[in-house]
Amino acid sequence: MARSITTKQKAINTAVIWVLGLVMFFPIFWLIILSFKTESDAIMAPMEVLMSGWTMESYDAVNRRSDYFKFFSNSVIIALGSTFLGLLIAVPAAWAMAFVPGKRTKDILLWMLSTKMLPPVGVLIPIYLLFRDTGLLDTRIGLVFVLMMINLPIIVWMLYTYFKEIPVDILEAARMDGASLGKEVLYVLTPMALPGLASTMLLNIILAWNEAFWTLNLTSAKAAPLTAFIASYSSPEGLFYAKLSAASVMAIAPILIMGWFSQKQLVRGLTFGAVK
Amino acid sequence: MATQHSRASARLMISPSVLLLLGWMLIPLCMTVYFSFLRYDLLSPGTEVFTGWDNYYYFLTDPSFNDAVINTLSLLVGVLLVTVIGGIGFALLLNLPAWGQGIVRVLVIAPFFVMPTVSGLLWKNMFMNPVNGVFAHITLAFGGQPFDFLGQAPWESIILMVSWQWLPFATLILLTALQSLDQEQLEAAEMDGASWLNRFWHIILPHLSRAITVVILIQTIFLLSIFAEILVTTNGGPGTASTNLTYLIYVQSLLQYDVGVGSAGGVIAIILANIVAIFLMRMVGKNLDK
Amino acid sequence: MGQITIKQVSKSFGDVEVIPPLDLAIEEGEFVVFVGPSGCGKSTLLRLIAGLEDVSSGHIEIDGQPATDLPPAKRGLAMVFQSYALYPHMSVRKNIAFPLKMAGMDKTEQNRRIDEAARVLNLADYIDRRPGQLSGGQRQRVAIGRAIVREPSAFLFDEPLSNLDAALRVGMRLEITELHKRLKSTMIYVTHDQVEAMTMADKIVVLRAGNIEQIGSPLELYRNPRNAFVAGFIGSPKMNLIEGDKATAFDASTIGIRPEHISVSTDSGDWEGTVGVSEHLGSDTFLRVSCEGLDEPVTVRVSGDIELNYGDKVFLSPDSSNIHRFDTQGLRIA
Repeated sequence: MARSITTKQKAINTAVIWVLGLVMFFPIFWLIILSFKTESDAIMAPMEVLMSGWTMESYDAVNRRSDYFKFFSNSVIIALGSTFLGLLIAVPAAWAMAFVPGKRTKDILLWMLSTKMLPPVGVLIPIYLLFRDTGLLDTRIGLVFVLMMINLPIIVWMLYTYFKEIPVDILEAARMDGASLGKEVLYVLTPMALPGLASTMLLNIILAWNEAFWTLNLTSAKAAPLTAFIASYSSPEGLFYAKLSAASVMAIAPILIMGWFSQKQLVRGLTFGAVK
Repeated sequence: MATQHSRASARLMISPSVLLLLGWMLIPLCMTVYFSFLRYDLLSPGTEVFTGWDNYYYFLTDPSFNDAVINTLSLLVGVLLVTVIGGIGFALLLNLPAWGQGIVRVLVIAPFFVMPTVSGLLWKNMFMNPVNGVFAHITLAFGGQPFDFLGQAPWESIILMVSWQWLPFATLILLTALQSLDQEQLEAAEMDGASWLNRFWHIILPHLSRAITVVILIQTIFLLSIFAEILVTTNGGPGTASTNLTYLIYVQSLLQYDVGVGSAGGVIAIILANIVAIFLMRMVGKNLDK
Repeated sequence: MGQITIKQVSKSFGDVEVIPPLDLAIEEGEFVVFVGPSGCGKSTLLRLIAGLEDVSSGHIEIDGQPATDLPPAKRGLAMVFQSYALYPHMSVRKNIAFPLKMAGMDKTEQNRRIDEAARVLNLADYIDRRPGQLSGGQRQRVAIGRAIVREPSAFLFDEPLSNLDAALRVGMRLEITELHKRLKSTMIYVTHDQVEAMTMADKIVVLRAGNIEQIGSPLELYRNPRNAFVAGFIGSPKMNLIEGDKATAFDASTIGIRPEHISVSTDSGDWEGTVGVSEHLGSDTFLRVSCEGLDEPVTVRVSGDIELNYGDKVFLSPDSSNIHRFDTQGLRIA
């Protein structure tokens, strides 16, 4: 059906989109390049930087900073913890809303969406004080909870749209086939919902990993994740471009890779299922 | 399938989410409102006194408030314009037949996954630094005078950084929407004698309208609360040139320890967000009922 | 096994009564078809029997045992859904095995039954594929296979052929009828297609707006429709329902005459008319004849070799022994 397109036209298109892609990606590309340079090479003019020698010393330096691993593991714990906890609470809710919709289901969903409209800064002080008074300030538990709460509406929405797509017929067939509720969930619902669960999980890990309002404001030393670690480079001493680059590459690499894998599902998650 | 029994258990399954979110919203919200009427210094606890509307008066008449509101809104509008218009352009281009589309797509969306602190420092140091940045090197190579981005045009620079982060998001969503457009519709329009511009205006753009709405909604949620990018680059300065409402409230309450004024600011931020939200939810609410 | 009795069963969704209280007895081994226009409540009635919907009032008995409050799985019924409702993540074999696995049957017996079903339905070639890789007709067979391995006391079919193309539909129709002859189990079959009803059923239940309009064998319904609705619904092409002077002549408000019970002549007859569009099927030709004093053209079946053209004058004579007469309420006048 599609008309054939001339090779020349296709070549022009290709050139245009590659320029676009490379321009958008250039800052990240540059970050990666600088991370493999010495500090004195890293501040030279772009051409000279490319010509200079390669080294792993910045990665060594960052890794030698005794606390790097602590920041990294805080990020992992906070991102995974808040995601799993969120799923635990959201799965039943989304299941119920998708398969036993009531008159108010739509309202509840929209209300959940509207809670995302509450600017975090509006509740910063109370949360800060509550956390201070309950000893949750600068703890991983505290951050897990906060990030779980801010992402909960997204998790519920995303799961809801995935569950909605499972035909009710199939669940009824399972019921006719003699499956109890437990078996229905185990053998039919879960396998069918697994792709949706996985992409919900992925998106929320990404969002939690990159969250930089609460993680910066509610941590100081003990529970600070990578966002805060990188922020500590904002008041530099001496030459630091290469080390900053190495630290940044390590901080963004896992998420970059996860993000690329989940780009399709990402759209749905980020748009609350409105765009598929 | 909706039997009495399943209705009751459905309610039971929904309630944890609802109760948690309700608590998460209401408790801090009430506290913020309460604090906003107190003189409350974080450094001398126990000396809180009721001050009526003083905090609001102080916050609203503070010259930095005006700057912060203007900055917040200009960032919102600026980034939305860049990302929506740019996103439509990118999406149209990426949808053309070409070699290596998949790879280019991956390259284009990558900035979205970069954490805000990395993005801020990356632009501030490696690109916008007037001595060592890439931009400075390039200007020098052409014999120009390097420009001090964050000193001379701090807010525009931050708009640029934030746009770089969010343009991929808009592109990704608009591209997905574009790919769901029925090709036969376009072919029918072509048969009807519509030029490319006509087809774009009368078919492609209306088809994208829902996706555009969603892009605006989601980005608004995040853009009103931009924080880390400012913290790691300009610290709100010079002066208040790059302070938005979120950052101003952070300064008031956690740097100057004035919980009362900070809370008043919080209430105002909530009201402002709600004005935007009511407007947006109307749009989205309609669009979600397919 | 397979006797189902429905007593005063009704169903409402909120304030809307979809099915007013009705009674129905289905005998063991019968092939019963629920037929009616869309929205007549036939699927709802089937789902009430299946237990997928709660009855609003009344009782259901299966094999003499009360079943009203039994969950679907405990009723010993198997259902074939319109969408087939196959489990997309399981192979054909696993799909068919699922009800057996749920019943905790031992592996050897499971395999024996699956192989038997695969043989009967010719599933062997794609038994290890997933539903996504199958055509519509193949999916349909798998859905039936999943139903028969359970050896249920009755089969429920919810418009199982409506997603198939015309040629396949005829083939599957024969296969399901064949299956019924072989298994001799009770089957309840829901459709909006009266051809399916006529060709497959032992007993047809015609429904309209939740009410049973008539119950009977295909030929009973064809010969003695109880009212104008059934008369118009059963038979293809539709019975001609004629009102006005021509009906009054027979002492009725409406008369019904089937296309096959009208004879055509070019020189004399009871009603004069003009030939409109004719449909040539080869063996038969259906003529649409516009008669004076009638709002709608009359459909007439003639032999395929008759030469009549658009605009020709013809005379129609209804076969007086096959005229159905209905009163102002649409009820049959005996």
